[in-house]
Amino acid sequence: MSKFRKGENKELPPISTSSLPDIVFMILFFFMVTVQMRDVSLKVHITTPEASELSKLEKKSLVSYIYVGEPQKQYQKVFGTEPRIQLNDVFANVSDIIEFIVAEREARDEAEVPFMITSLKVDEYTKMGIVQDIKQELRKASALHINYSARKTLKP
Amino acid sequence: MARKLPEIPSASLADIAFMILIFFLVTATMDTDMGLERRLPPMPPPDQKDDDTPPIKERNVFVVLVNAQNQLLVEGEWTKIEDLREKAKEFMANPNDDPNLPEKTVKEVPFFGPVPITKGVISLQNHVGTQYGTYIAVQSELVGAINDLRNELAETKFGKPFNKLTEDQKDAIQEIYPSKISEAEPKKVGGK
Repeated sequence: MSKFRKGENKELPPISTSSLPDIVFMILFFFMVTVQMRDVSLKVHITTPEASELSKLEKKSLVSYIYVGEPQKQYQKVFGTEPRIQLNDVFANVSDIIEFIVAEREARDEAEVPFMITSLKVDEYTKMGIVQDIKQELRKASALHINYSARKTLKP
Repeated sequence: MARKLPEIPSASLADIAFMILIFFLVTATMDTDMGLERRLPPMPPPDQKDDDTPPIKERNVFVVLVNAQNQLLVEGEWTKIEDLREKAKEFMANPNDDPNLPEKTVKEVPFFGPVPITKGVISLQNHVGTQYGTYIAVQSELVGAINDLRNELAETKFGKPFNKLTEDQKDAIQEIYPSKISEAEPKKVGGK
């Protein structure tokens, strides 16, 4: 009779759950890294058009966004239903774009300025007139590298 | 005396957590921003006159017009968007040296030796009332046509798709199939 032997109905030792917090943290960090915060609340309604030849926007920090679309319901009383431009958090006019680009440039490192991209997020039912005006303003501001935001077409 | 309840085994919790993790990994679209990348032409200097650009021959220009009803006129023919890519490819490649399709100039290109390079330019003009969605579809098809040609060339020459090539090889192919899409200012006349 060894002194280590205990009673017959020995229970299984409970399995340690100390690694559970690690797992939960893993998931948490995973989402913290991948989910990008939307720092701008959209005031316009945008459904980007479909296209097949797309490239990814690589460096998010170098991208400035211009949103164009119909104002959302709660703003329609003030701003109407015609497509409007949104820069940062406010509705803007075409003439504000140069100022916006200059401000975006100043916020970046000088060495990074040549690699900046302007992403145009435009609703697919917008007429080209307003887009053309924006492009002219971007040319004036020499922000020539642009990216038309679009969704991937599913190939049949 | 009440019997001690057996503890609920929590070993499987980790598996459940992993299952959820993998589920999210698979389903979560990283919401990457995708887009059609283009470069705008720089503003012309203010002292530039209109007539100092050399005239481009008619056969070297692939004219795509889009009107306010989102209809396409390609080289004078009413065309559907689905057919645009083939037409643009035929124009840019001009495999049989058709006199109606663009001229070529022979140029020395690394990896390839002397290659006839097309002088073709795609000209896209849209109406102010054109829908943005149509415009992007047209742009996408035109860029796609050039990408297709580049891919085909990369496959035959290097046996790899274009985006897997080295930078030098890419440059060589880009020289053979340049991405020349010019956009005219939209017409403001007519329509709404």
